[in-house]
Amino acid sequence: MADPRRLLATLLLALGAALPALAADAPASAPSAAAAAASEATVKFEAPAARLTAADPALEARMLAITGELRCLVCQNQTIADSHADLAVDLRQEVREMLQRGQTPEQIRRYMTDRYGDFILYRPPLKASTAVLWLAPAALLLIALAALAVVIRRRARLSDDQFEPEPLLDDESIAVDRPVNLV
Amino acid sequence: MKVLKFLIPLAIFLVMVGFFAKGLYNNHDPHEVPSPLIDKPAPEFALTRLDQPEQTIRRADMLGKVWMLNVWASWCESCRDEHPYLVEFAKLKALPIYGLDYKDQREPAQAWLAERGNPYDASLFDANGRVGIDFGVYGVPETFVIDKQGVIRFKQIGALTPEVLNGKVLPLLRKLNG
Repeated sequence: MADPRRLLATLLLALGAALPALAADAPASAPSAAAAAASEATVKFEAPAARLTAADPALEARMLAITGELRCLVCQNQTIADSHADLAVDLRQEVREMLQRGQTPEQIRRYMTDRYGDFILYRPPLKASTAVLWLAPAALLLIALAALAVVIRRRARLSDDQFEPEPLLDDESIAVDRPVNLV
Repeated sequence: MKVLKFLIPLAIFLVMVGFFAKGLYNNHDPHEVPSPLIDKPAPEFALTRLDQPEQTIRRADMLGKVWMLNVWASWCESCRDEHPYLVEFAKLKALPIYGLDYKDQREPAQAWLAERGNPYDASLFDANGRVGIDFGVYGVPETFVIDKQGVIRFKQIGALTPEVLNGKVLPLLRKLNG
């Protein structure tokens, strides 16, 4: 009963199951600003550095939204919003003051990249040097889909006798004798 | 077609090996982030001397000479490893060496220099680390070489070693002064 159509359906199902995982992969590496800001709001307001300026929660929230997208150069897997490194504390203060002076998030990000390079951005811009990073996942997906299409088309052309007969499953033989107890 | 079946995975494998080998053997330190400041004008600064709080040194004062800026602090562990090399290097009088005493206090900093020797023509006292931020400093020690026009030509993240001083700083100096 090795119907090529059944094979096709199975493969499409498998692909359908895999796609969300593929899609979920991409944004997982870049922490969402909102999530970072939210976890900060609950955890960080206890920290002494934050308490000093908690008088202006709106400013603090804007500061955390921006620094939650910036990498701490000292402990590279933390955001500047998260880190307790001296430099991160200083940079948070710097961002507060820049916001108070009315600077935009864009100006603040430029201030950071002028000093520390694109590495400080958790979302690196699309440039010649980062093209591989941005385009490789899509390219790999296209290659995989092309390979899948080739395999499916080739298998669809085969006659039934090219496939091994499906072995009868244990359950199926039992099911013939007595009905399965569905609890 | 049969050959392709082997060649394609082999090619993919070799590309991956290439990437991994680069990461493993290219002296790759993830803490060494390429600085965007190289070949850019050094940031403005006006700081007091560590030993003479009444005297201020500005960026403009340094124009016209190739000089070294070494970021250090009395609290910095790796500065202790680096310092003897710097003291020896200063004896060559290859170029003026200025310190940037980063987020430090005057007294312990001066005691630190008195104990270990002072290789600096002068140390700039950056108490709150603002000038350090403008120089993109994120780990002490760091060292910059700045040319006559005030452009940053070299940056070392982490401690200076004889290899770096002989292999990079001195050749660069010959180029800039030549």
